[in-house]
Amino acid sequence: MLVIGCGNRDRSDDGAGVMVAERVRELGVQAEISSGESLALIEAWSQADDVVLVDAVVTGAPVGKVWLWDGGQVTTQGSISISTHGYGVAEAIKLARILDRLPKRLRLFGIEGRLFDFGSEISAEVIAAVKEVVEQITVEAVCDSARI
Amino acid sequence: MTGRGAKTIRVDTLARVEGEGSLYIKLVGDRVADVKLKIYEPPRMFEAFLRGRHFSEAPDITARICGICPVAYQMSAVHAIERALGVRIDPAIRLLRRLFYCGEWIESHTLHVYMLHAPDFLGYPDAIAMAADHRAVVERALRLKKIGNRIVQLLGGREIHPISATVGGFYRTPTKQQLSELVSDLEWALEASIETVRWTASLEFPNFEQDYEFVALRHPDEYPLNEGRLVSNRGLDIDAAEYEDHFVELHVKHSNALHSVVRGRSSYLVGPLARFNLNFEKLPEVAHTVALEVGLRPPVKNLFRSIVVRAVELVFACAEALRIIHEYAPPAEPRAEAPHRTGVGQAITEAPRGILYHRYALDEKGLIVTAKIVPPTSQNLKQIEEDLREYAARLVAWPTEEATWKCEQAVRSYDPCISCATHSLKVVVER
Repeated sequence: MLVIGCGNRDRSDDGAGVMVAERVRELGVQAEISSGESLALIEAWSQADDVVLVDAVVTGAPVGKVWLWDGGQVTTQGSISISTHGYGVAEAIKLARILDRLPKRLRLFGIEGRLFDFGSEISAEVIAAVKEVVEQITVEAVCDSARI
Repeated sequence: MTGRGAKTIRVDTLARVEGEGSLYIKLVGDRVADVKLKIYEPPRMFEAFLRGRHFSEAPDITARICGICPVAYQMSAVHAIERALGVRIDPAIRLLRRLFYCGEWIESHTLHVYMLHAPDFLGYPDAIAMAADHRAVVERALRLKKIGNRIVQLLGGREIHPISATVGGFYRTPTKQQLSELVSDLEWALEASIETVRWTASLEFPNFEQDYEFVALRHPDEYPLNEGRLVSNRGLDIDAAEYEDHFVELHVKHSNALHSVVRGRSSYLVGPLARFNLNFEKLPEVAHTVALEVGLRPPVKNLFRSIVVRAVELVFACAEALRIIHEYAPPAEPRAEAPHRTGVGQAITEAPRGILYHRYALDEKGLIVTAKIVPPTSQNLKQIEEDLREYAARLVAWPTEEATWKCEQAVRSYDPCISCATHSLKVVVER
């Protein structure tokens, strides 16, 4: 399993995906950090069969809600993209689908955010959601390695 | 509608540019009454929070100004500080810095040519729609950009906001073997770049030429990246230390980004067209040859053709990267020591979008007393508005929706990086 944490630690709650990647890496799970820019994402997952993306999202749900989507379900609605030139996670998935470059299994954890201003202050609800996602990913990684 | 014969072109959020801003054009009859490129992204105060920081922090802090061109910020910062401190660098470090910059040019130009600009010419709303019909083209872009990323990652420690560049050199320099591993990919990239020139040259361009003052670095021996004198086609020929004697930044009410002008004259153009027109003879033979093959020779005055010029610069960047890798012998030390002393240093380097000026004044403890940063997009902003004033006048008879799209396309020709310039884009055409 490859975890890719997307976002920007300097844009408040947008750092949620990055925090998850940093934490699971400390716990021994293969993880990368990405700005979320489409081409970089497609490149990042090119060598992996099972990819878990983690990104902050805005859907209107309560702050801190954790979403888990199958990559095939993701559309531009319901995701926020504070990324290079407006090409973000949803665009990466759409483009990769056209180019047959989607990993065999792609899932997206979305963490509902509220603050996206410049700064490092992260909502308490988002911090709690980060812990929840870290736990889910590490439990699955441990189960995966036990199967191997 | 705002009255008889009046209409407005409005784009509230301009797509496929970096950052947030809007474009407002008011047409009254066949006359353009007003053009405002409104930059509403808030000012970021980088110059203020550099004050009191140690000079060694400047490359890492300023790299955060931009996710697309962090290498440019690092390079202008280290060169300016080295001038302030009288630091001399190893020739091998100079080569590595050029290679580092080539990596960023490959990344940035590939992104702009293929993903941001090409859809405008081919009639697609975005690169995703384009990919469905031009799969091989987008595949080529992905591979090209990856090669640029590899160079930046190898020299900078990571792809985004690299961390290895420092005053005097790098925290760690690569081995000859590490660089040699890039050769086969770069040889492919060189051929792919040549194909990119031919492909972009086959696009159809609006007939729109302007009499620009082109401003770029010029170096006696090489196509400019890290150093050279600042020159223009109207007689400017100065050292970076004289920059503020010749250029001034003006505040305009509708923009959080300053507008830069040449003192005593007005707007000017920086970026690929300026570099190409002022340094054509310095391009490596392979880039020179393919430019002539597609009929591209200076002066190129049509901004829409900048996509072809960017492609020629991709050829340059790949050829130059290969040359450097062949010549490279690791330096004895990864960096020169930088003393603590008072001083002022200025530097200009060529970011993918044009010249980037930095000035630092340092105290005896090595702390930054003042910092000034003039990014390429703020140097182009006044010129963008002037171009739109001319261009919109030709679109008066067009339906508002098409005129709006054409104006957006014109703005994207500049590859504006609005986050750097605030320092972001929405478009409004009013009739």
